[in-house]
Amino acid sequence: MQRYSGFSLVKHALSHHENWQRHWRNPTPKKRYDVIIVGGGGHGLATAYYLAKEFGVTNVAVVEKGWLGGGNTARNTTIVRSNYLWDEAAQLYNHSLDLWKGLSQDLNYNVMFSQRGVLNLAHTLQDMRDVQRRVNANRLNGIDSEVVTPEQIKEIEPALDTSKRARYPIMGASWQKSAGVARHDAVAWGFARGADALGVDLLQNTEVTGFKIRDGQIHGVHTNRGDIEAQTVGCVAAGNSGVLAKMAGIKLPLESHPLQALVSEPLKPILNTVTMSNHVHGYVSQSDKGDLVIGAGIDGYLGYGQRGSYPTIEHTLQAIVEMFPMFSRVRMNRQWGGIVDTCPDACPILSKTQVKGLYFNCGWGTGGFKATPGSGHVFAASLAKGEMHPIAAPFSIDRFHTGALIDEHGAAGVAH
Amino acid sequence: MFHIFCPYCQEYREEEEFHPSGQAHIERPAEPASVSDEAWGDYLFLRDNPRGIHHEMWVHRLGCRKFFNITRDTASYEILETYRMGEQPSITAASAEVRREQGVQTADGGWQTVGARPENSRLNEETPS
Repeated sequence: MQRYSGFSLVKHALSHHENWQRHWRNPTPKKRYDVIIVGGGGHGLATAYYLAKEFGVTNVAVVEKGWLGGGNTARNTTIVRSNYLWDEAAQLYNHSLDLWKGLSQDLNYNVMFSQRGVLNLAHTLQDMRDVQRRVNANRLNGIDSEVVTPEQIKEIEPALDTSKRARYPIMGASWQKSAGVARHDAVAWGFARGADALGVDLLQNTEVTGFKIRDGQIHGVHTNRGDIEAQTVGCVAAGNSGVLAKMAGIKLPLESHPLQALVSEPLKPILNTVTMSNHVHGYVSQSDKGDLVIGAGIDGYLGYGQRGSYPTIEHTLQAIVEMFPMFSRVRMNRQWGGIVDTCPDACPILSKTQVKGLYFNCGWGTGGFKATPGSGHVFAASLAKGEMHPIAAPFSIDRFHTGALIDEHGAAGVAH
Repeated sequence: MFHIFCPYCQEYREEEEFHPSGQAHIERPAEPASVSDEAWGDYLFLRDNPRGIHHEMWVHRLGCRKFFNITRDTASYEILETYRMGEQPSITAASAEVRREQGVQTADGGWQTVGARPENSRLNEETPS
């Protein structure tokens, strides 16, 4: 792998940047691998990367039915934060945030991680109590959350309507300074490039059509490019996890919904941070390119169509204009939908299954992007050792039978 | 946007009047105290989540406020039929092939099958495309 540096930039400038190396190979599938990862999105690629880098398992294939990072990795609103209420979730997302901080250096790939902070607004007395409770819980878990007043919010984000005139006046907010945004595609590409350099085979346009299961043990997968054998298979397929689980005869407590997002025309810098509101129900940040990146809630019905309905777009923009009246005449450029696999308790599933050697990493629902490196890291550790990593262990699928749910609904609230 | 036929109002109304309420035909265990943790967890949390034909409950929230069921394709989003609570769907994943015969082709080349049930067949005659 050619390393990227200021020097290589100058060197390639001499040949008009026409001789840069390909990011990754396009190999033909081998007959057998040690580990197969199903799903070539951010989480799957991160899993493969950490398997090869940290746990010495390099005979790995990532099987992707489309192209790398073409699902929710390409469709999210790129917010990274870790201010979750419950200990288990806070640890998982904070582990991820720690990895984000050094990710560009680690991957030698600029993921443009920008710690510009996240505001979670409170508009009612109950919102304020929830914010205070969550901030206190965060601080006990070592997360840099704080409660801020409307005056402080005005300083952080002057464009926000903090006046008393608003339909839902802002009473305060939680503020996590170390949170921020990252360049979503670069995350997938960086992990893919890193994994490929360590010997991982990235198999695109390869769709899993079934699992080879004998005597309760996984032996590989059937694909449209032939059978591939492995004694360990990790499924990281987001919205399509349920479809995969069905092939293996497993039922998951997931529901796949469309989640929409939209971006505006590019504007001059106007937003300093990421602003989210559970109550008015919308969130917005500004990309480095200048677009406002906007999202809100899921469409309430099941759907695999990677598109949503118009009423949801309207509600989303109502919320944005309520928070930022000055955006009322900003034109929207593009709108799209991704399929999110939502869990009943709004926390992911990282788990073994009743089939030995078959693991699932799914259920990230509306907030998986922020967890990409952390999820990949703990899932890779679990696949390599055959035992769930301590951070991943509470997210077992058993919790829906034991009742040990990690109920983040109230804390996570708005989709993001 | 969905254009949904409410089986109680007997009218097509816009999606915004309705609210989806999850998978239909889930039965609460008759004696919750005597079922196992597994069975109770499955009842509470496990859902079919198919890519394809799905039976789901909706409520006509801003209309008659009654719950009813919809059979819908979760990949194409096509609404195949709507029917009242307590009734059984006439279209299932197994009978997916049948619906082509029962539906009518619309002006834009798609298939309009909302009125696929025999008693709703008159709806086919006033098909919005």
